[in-house]
Amino acid sequence: MMGATLQARDGFAIRAENVSRHFQMGQTLIRAVDEVTLSVRKGEFVGLLGSSGSGKSTLLNLMAGLDHPTSGTMIAEGRNLAAMSSRELARFRNQTVGIVFQAFNLLPRMTLEENVELPLRLAEVDRGERAARVREVLERVHLEKRSTHRPGELSGGEQQRAAIARALVNHPTILYADEPTGNLDSATGGEILNLLWEINQTLAATIVLVTHEQPLAERFAGRIAFMKDGKLVAA
Amino acid sequence: MKVRDLTELAVRNLREALLRNTLTTLGIGVGIASLVAMLSLGVGLQRLATQRLERSGLFNAIFVRPASDFRRMGGGANPAAPGKPTPLDLKARQAIAHLADVQEVYPQIRFPTEIQYAGNSYPTAVAGIPASDRASGAFDGMEGRFFSSPTADEAILQIGFAQRLARQPETLIGKQMVVRYAKREPLAATDGGKGPATGKTSPSAPTAGFSLVLKEKDLQIVGIVKTDPEGFGGFGRGQLFVPLDVAEALHATQVTDLRQVLRGPSSVPTYAVLTVRVTSPTRVPTVEAAIKRMGFETFSLLDTTRNLRLFFTVFDLLLGIFGGLALVVATLGIVNTLVMAILERRREIGVLKALGAADQDVRQLFFSEAAVMGLLGGFFGTGLGWAIGRALTFGTDLYLRRRDLPAVNISFVPWWLALGAIVFAVAVSLLAGIYPASRAARLNPVEALRYE
Ligand SMILES: Nc1ncnc2c1ncn2[C@@H]1O[C@H](COP(=O)(O)OP(=O)(O)OP(=O)(O)O)[C@@H](O)[C@H]1O
Ligand SMILES: [Mg+2]
Repeated sequence: MMGATLQARDGFAIRAENVSRHFQMGQTLIRAVDEVTLSVRKGEFVGLLGSSGSGKSTLLNLMAGLDHPTSGTMIAEGRNLAAMSSRELARFRNQTVGIVFQAFNLLPRMTLEENVELPLRLAEVDRGERAARVREVLERVHLEKRSTHRPGELSGGEQQRAAIARALVNHPTILYADEPTGNLDSATGGEILNLLWEINQTLAATIVLVTHEQPLAERFAGRIAFMKDGKLVAA
Repeated sequence: MKVRDLTELAVRNLREALLRNTLTTLGIGVGIASLVAMLSLGVGLQRLATQRLERSGLFNAIFVRPASDFRRMGGGANPAAPGKPTPLDLKARQAIAHLADVQEVYPQIRFPTEIQYAGNSYPTAVAGIPASDRASGAFDGMEGRFFSSPTADEAILQIGFAQRLARQPETLIGKQMVVRYAKREPLAATDGGKGPATGKTSPSAPTAGFSLVLKEKDLQIVGIVKTDPEGFGGFGRGQLFVPLDVAEALHATQVTDLRQVLRGPSSVPTYAVLTVRVTSPTRVPTVEAAIKRMGFETFSLLDTTRNLRLFFTVFDLLLGIFGGLALVVATLGIVNTLVMAILERRREIGVLKALGAADQDVRQLFFSEAAVMGLLGGFFGTGLGWAIGRALTFGTDLYLRRRDLPAVNISFVPWWLALGAIVFAVAVSLLAGIYPASRAARLNPVEALRYE
């Protein structure tokens, strides 16, 4: 409730305030994310660019509630992630957030529909409702005809579309995509970004896209942020 | 996650490493099987021993005598006691029979006879057999059958005696034979016997209680018994058995009758000893006390079935420990399998967490996998244990039969053992799952998802 009011007031989907994430590797301290302050408004499509090792994935994991910052606060939909219990964080990842990875990360022995159904199982959605929701998102990514196939039987682009369907099935308000086109050729990558843009437009979902490819980001993202050595260069 | 989803995912995960999980499940199964087989043997042997002892009639019998007999034997008491001892007569017998928990009251009837068969005569002793003896196990494995009714004019022969009558004793079954015996008749009665009276029909003393008359009785041979059913009854060796009621109706002269004659004239016949059958060995002390209160001397064996139960509890415990060792090995198998599964499924666990699985969900998933393996292993193991028990029984039976002994059930799986084994298998598997499950639950999703 508190979250809803804050969200209504500030209109931000996610806000990072002086967020740092350091890793101690023996003697050296790696500042993977260093004092980053970044606000993403609801419904925004933000592109996060930067060279390899600049800390993009680490920042994304912090925003998705998969990792905890060393310092600073992360406020998502008006709620401080640091104040949440691990169970609440799991629920946050399940209900509020959708994540798409470069490596697709579909479970290989499950069919597409079973993969897409997983977040619904975790959310304890009724069985009767699940089939309809799975069908709805598979239609949105144009995979309804492949629903009983296993990931190995699909092309990379199709797998990534299935992963997007899985990320969408619980109707999240924020979608994080970590180099979703990294394993795809440029034509297929373009399709995937088109799909994300569609989702951003029709579902009003906030999207944070991590990518290496500046032209793609410039074509679809409403705003671009650069990272370098763990710091945000231009927001 | 809901239980149904957990089970579905667990079964699905188990199917993915089918060989390994099957071997683990078989491991639990073998552990449970050895436990069940051991315990079924313990339970079976205990049941067998207890049943045998209870059926033997040793521990549910009370022997009753008139009090004076003992006092006289004791020597100290004056023979002419002021209060006359209660006579152990028909009235007393009926009174005892009406006590609670009393099954049967009967006298011991044994008398000497001469058997007429195929033109020859054979001296032997007749014993009356109460109907309850049928269940005692003494007549198990007999040739032919038990008496058709408690009043049937039928006889069962002891094998040793039957061999004297015919070279092939089995051929005797169904044949008729004649029993000659001395009937006891009150003196007042006239000599009504059909045969000529024996020389001692009328002894010189006028105070003697009865006269002896030679009588005959036709009996049909219905069975031959190999063991001596009276052997542990403690009252001597009979070779020819007839239903107790038939034996009683003959009023044949028994050795104890002489004592009664010596004691003086008496209007009612009394019994020297009555055997009282009680419903269960545990009821013996109460019934015994009640009979004592009626003024009789009693005698019974201590109930050793209680000691037997104690012995078998310890026996079961030892067997259980051996079976348990097999289960410990199986438990380590589960731990190993699940830990291996975590290593292999790091990425999957990471994905589940990224999709919103709480630590609790991951823990429950691994627990469910352990429980499913335990359940399957439990069912399989209980079945296998039962089969091992059957095989042992079968082997023992072959051995016993070759030795001409009746078959016995040495192993027995009661419902509580089967149920307990399955519950135990699941419990042990869950216990084995604690460490792997919490390890899987604590897995850091970011690290699990880093590039392979
Ligand atoms: N768990 C960790 N332990 C130690 N160092 C880490 C860990 N995770 C990330 N790092 C380091 O933090 C820095 C940022 O990593 P990150 O994965 O965020 O980069 P990235 O911008 O996503 O790079 P790429 O474009 O190659 O994916 C790297 O130097 C990396 O080695
Ligand atoms: Mg990265």
